[in-house]
Amino acid sequence: MAINWFKYSAPSNFYGLAGKLIPFFAWPAAILFVIGLYIGFFVAPTDATQSEAYRIIFIHVPASILSMFIYLIMAGYAAMGLIFNTRLSSMMAQALAPTGALFAFISLWTGALWGKPMWGAWWVWDARLTSELILLFLYLGYIALHASIEDPRRADRASALLAIVGSVNVPIIYFSVKWWNTLHQGATIKFSGTSMHVAMQQAMFITLVACWLYAIAVALARVRSIILERERNTQWVNELKEVQQ
Amino acid sequence: MNWGEFFAMNGYAFYVWGSYGVTLLVFAIEIGLVRNRRKQILRELRLIRTDMEDNGNGERA
Repeated sequence: MAINWFKYSAPSNFYGLAGKLIPFFAWPAAILFVIGLYIGFFVAPTDATQSEAYRIIFIHVPASILSMFIYLIMAGYAAMGLIFNTRLSSMMAQALAPTGALFAFISLWTGALWGKPMWGAWWVWDARLTSELILLFLYLGYIALHASIEDPRRADRASALLAIVGSVNVPIIYFSVKWWNTLHQGATIKFSGTSMHVAMQQAMFITLVACWLYAIAVALARVRSIILERERNTQWVNELKEVQQ
Repeated sequence: MNWGEFFAMNGYAFYVWGSYGVTLLVFAIEIGLVRNRRKQILRELRLIRTDMEDNGNGERA
């Protein structure tokens, strides 16, 4: 099949494509959140040791996974923009940062609300919690740095460096529970199998997919505005029907 | 199980609903911000366009 994928690396072409794609991510995200949380709250049994408090897991774990993955994807796009000088990759990195920060915040917030009843503390300066907090600060630093430089191409390059250097933090978060003694429990789901109830696993997997789709939909919507903002002086933007009216 | 029991979460209501409530809130805020950003840039672009038409020569004011 002769599909010209490079066509969509031009912001003018990607703008329309992104607009068409959004509903295909947004609606399944909403539906899967409902299904996942239904299973999580009504099918999954009460936990023997944590009672109902464990149900925080269905948002805490997906949000934590997403906060790390989005960072790596953001750093990847930023690096592509830096190396190949492709404008759209830099715009995608810029569009992903706020959503990544949001998931890092949710991870920390739900973690605090889970830590209090289980460990007796909202917060401890342990390796996993601290490295996740650093992840949130990396996102905020990336956003602030990008916003502080007026020339968008220079802003792309400077913040790309920050994003790339900061990506060493992601494996630190992931392996922190193995490398250091920590209050935070290790991975429950391993390649060797899991002790988790099957309905709990299903609920967590479905909400994880829902979070992924949500993140993609929001990033696509945001990148469309970024494209318009940064291409405002071009012919094609002025000819768009949403600008013409 | 009745609804009262369900919402009580066996005494963990504050922690469980505090987690999901705030998550829902930040999702709603993010969607609102994304929508506003689009509205704002479109408004600016329409202004630029009318300025251009006013000049009549296609140059930006």
